[in-house]
Amino acid sequence: MAHVKYVSATRVYAKDAPPAVDALDLDITDGEFMVLVGPSGSGKTTALRMLAGLEPLDGGRVEIGDRDVTWVEPKDRDIAMVFQNYALYPQKTVAENMGFALKMQRVPRDERDRRVREAARLLDLDDALLARKPKALSGGQRQRVAMGRAIVREPQVFLMDEPLSNLDAKLRVQTRSQIAELQRRLGVTTVYVTHDQVEAMTMGNRVAVLSGGRLQQCDTPRQLYDNPVNQFVAGFIGSPAMNLLTVPITDGGARLAGAVIPLPAAVRTAAGRAGLSEIVLGVRPEHLHLANGSGEVAGEVMLVEELGADAMLHVRLAEGGNQIVARAEGRQPPSPGRQVTFHVQPDDVFAFDPGTGARLAG
Amino acid sequence: MSAVPSRAGPRRFRQMSGQVGWGVVAWVVGIAFFLPVLWMVITAFKPESAAETWPPRFVFSPTLAEFRLVFAGWGPYVTHSVIATVGSTVLVLVLGVPAAYALSVHPVKRWRDGLFFFISTKMLPIVAAIGPLYVIALKAHLLDSIWVLIILYTAMNLPLAIWMIRSFMLEVPGELLEAARLDGAGRIREITEVIMPVVSPGLVSTALICVIFAWNELFLALNLTVTNAATMPMYLISSVPQEGLYIAHLSAAATIASVPVIAVGWIAQRSLVRGLSMGAIK
Repeated sequence: MAHVKYVSATRVYAKDAPPAVDALDLDITDGEFMVLVGPSGSGKTTALRMLAGLEPLDGGRVEIGDRDVTWVEPKDRDIAMVFQNYALYPQKTVAENMGFALKMQRVPRDERDRRVREAARLLDLDDALLARKPKALSGGQRQRVAMGRAIVREPQVFLMDEPLSNLDAKLRVQTRSQIAELQRRLGVTTVYVTHDQVEAMTMGNRVAVLSGGRLQQCDTPRQLYDNPVNQFVAGFIGSPAMNLLTVPITDGGARLAGAVIPLPAAVRTAAGRAGLSEIVLGVRPEHLHLANGSGEVAGEVMLVEELGADAMLHVRLAEGGNQIVARAEGRQPPSPGRQVTFHVQPDDVFAFDPGTGARLAG
Repeated sequence: MSAVPSRAGPRRFRQMSGQVGWGVVAWVVGIAFFLPVLWMVITAFKPESAAETWPPRFVFSPTLAEFRLVFAGWGPYVTHSVIATVGSTVLVLVLGVPAAYALSVHPVKRWRDGLFFFISTKMLPIVAAIGPLYVIALKAHLLDSIWVLIILYTAMNLPLAIWMIRSFMLEVPGELLEAARLDGAGRIREITEVIMPVVSPGLVSTALICVIFAWNELFLALNLTVTNAATMPMYLISSVPQEGLYIAHLSAAATIASVPVIAVGWIAQRSLVRGLSMGAIK
């Protein structure tokens, strides 16, 4: 087992282009499940490939354990990777696929077989499957074989590049929890790349949010949700996404749909110091509470998405015509066309600098 | 109710008749191409006296006499053809696989120039080179030797083979090669354990194409060999006597010479089309 460390790790693909990964600093502790998440082009896969040794560094370094592995060959890094499309050798049987790395390390056949069997049992792969070719397996089975190939190596670090993206929705949720559970049991440091923030939140001990090649925030799922450091993280984490509206500042608060949402003094001071007349106001859908006409934020229901346990209301605000999404109790949501009002707790409101996107600290 | 079929009817009829029309065209063209081959095969079964009548006769008593005659005389020719064809094809694969690897999986610097150089050797008319080739073969004491054919057929087929094998190798998913790298496979293992198993169907079709081209080659054989290395196409020419009837005999020899390549083409047709069109897409 080992910790992993990125120190100003940088990767530039083309000379004039901005770096794909820009001075990434990240400490991953021993045994941690770290998720790299971000939209496409955020540099999360490049960051993972730099750790794998499949992508050279243009600056900085990468450490595994206390060893600088920046220029170490992939095979000598003591890592194992699960690829998005599994990358199983099509002409080899499942057992040969799983044992290939050991064969390359000249591990004797007996031990190889033993470790392959052990990994197969761990993943609920039948002995009968071991003799089959990948072509004869289902998508879920292939995914498990790819996992097995990584486990057999007993590496210091697991690297996973969107390993669930080729599974159907139901299987993905199942496999998600299996992988998280397996990782806890094995206790192997894991770096997991995904673009799906739900996957990130449910699996990771900590989640690193990347955008445009830069690390935005790295924290526990709870902290990312409760305390996003900037507008990007606030909008990316949480489903449905946080409502972000540019609104003018007035005395004591921010003006939203005719009402004044009170802002903490610290936020007002910060906004004043930055000389802002407008801020970006962030409210999560679950923090807009239906208030039967007594709430301060008014609007008209345009669309209702019924999700069973709750319903998503798409509401056009009375003033300004901005659309927001609110989460309501699923039993009796207001029907489209109804005028509704919401109550907002001042503590639940986030404020961001519209220019830089930085959180105005409360 | 009745309006729907009456409107759809003519359209479907037009569609159908269009399909039938193209079908007829395809058959006519196909038969036009096939007719000489058919004529050759039929003539091969005729006695010499019935072969050269005009209009051609379709009612005759078939005989294997001409085939027997061919089998009596073809021995050395077919041996030379097999040696030159198999020998050159093996050499092409041995040289072509590493060349294609160096131009696709881990491309060398200026791989484009390399690729163009290979195909450019096919642009010069072979007639332009036959003089020097003859002199070189003469000085190297390779004239009328099977080695000169093996070497030249290898050179002749290598460019196409490299292009084909390269296009097969480009189809090997990058992730697979990366997985092999992580698993600790070196260059040799990468080729033998990962790439070769994936491209082997492509290698088969490449080999079959080389076999066909080498088997059919006449120009070089005609100019550089006499008897010690003369191949099947030369045998066809030698079965044309200065005088007398020969059409039936020639047809029988040509039919026999065609059987291997038709068989090979038949076996390979699916992978051939795939192999050749893959290069076209890339």
